[in-house]
Amino acid sequence: MYKGLAIVFGFLFIGEGISELLHLPIPGNVIGMILLTLALISKLIDISDVEREAEFFIKNMSVMFIPPGVGVITYWGLIKAQLVPIFVALVVSFALTLVLTAKFVEMLSGGEK
Amino acid sequence: MNSLGIFITIGAFYLFSKIYEKRKAFYLNPVLLSIITIALFLHITEIKYETYMESAQILSFLLGPAVVSLAIPLYKQREIIKAYSKQIFFGIIFGGVLAILSAFYVAKMLGGTPEVLLSIAPKSITTAIAIGVSEKIGGIPPLTAVLVILTGILGNAVGIEILNISKVKDKVARGLAMGVTSHGLGTARIILDDELSGAVSGLAMALNGIFTSLILPYLIKFLK
Repeated sequence: MYKGLAIVFGFLFIGEGISELLHLPIPGNVIGMILLTLALISKLIDISDVEREAEFFIKNMSVMFIPPGVGVITYWGLIKAQLVPIFVALVVSFALTLVLTAKFVEMLSGGEK
Repeated sequence: MNSLGIFITIGAFYLFSKIYEKRKAFYLNPVLLSIITIALFLHITEIKYETYMESAQILSFLLGPAVVSLAIPLYKQREIIKAYSKQIFFGIIFGGVLAILSAFYVAKMLGGTPEVLLSIAPKSITTAIAIGVSEKIGGIPPLTAVLVILTGILGNAVGIEILNISKVKDKVARGLAMGVTSHGLGTARIILDDELSGAVSGLAMALNGIFTSLILPYLIKFLK
């Protein structure tokens, strides 16, 4: 168990270090994910050493969104004033992205046949 | 009283998950209901968000290792990436950029303030990554978190119907569009529809998370 945790937290630490030292606007955890994927592909790390621990984190990710989400209460005034742009943009962008991306990819698939 | 935050968070999530297990309706999303309930509770009891976060932040800290862990499903599904490399590569670029630009410009046209525009731009990527991206580009991470979850719920609720009305039949196209647009919650729905669509959707979610976090900080410089 501790081997898997050490790998996950190790890559998180490296990712954060790279993000901070190089002043990158990319979150450290994303850099950690990319590096771990590369380490798995290049067989530097064996998937069985980290699989169980990683799947535990992923399976329980939902509950981790709650505390940052609750933070909306501190922005309640702003959200109330911006309700229209926020929700219209959300719905329009959702529908537009879903339909046009699907049509675009279907066109790409069709071209292959 | 220090453990109040973590107790009500886990307690609320446990309760709403139980309800969701019984009646799998999209509007019973346990994360969203927990957020609303806890926010109302803090508001009524006049407990400060900072007091709540004293212990609840342990949970949000775990988003860091959770994002790193997404490398595992990504690695496991590398065969699908190889099989549909063209659709996935161009589809992610197209959908990822479209999701950002459409949200940003519609909100801007309707009078959205700069911090709102930055908070809504990453709304289509998985919550864990979106929170970090929002923070990095100067958005409001809690607002981003809620908008991401709402986008996911939309996909979960009506995504399949919209794809059917649009007459998209290609399974790869359906899965990719769903994953790019509505991340994990959309994936959870389309996987019930078709296994290949579900796998492509999960992949598209992870790859769009990476793609958006790489380009958005540079893209917003041109948008402002």
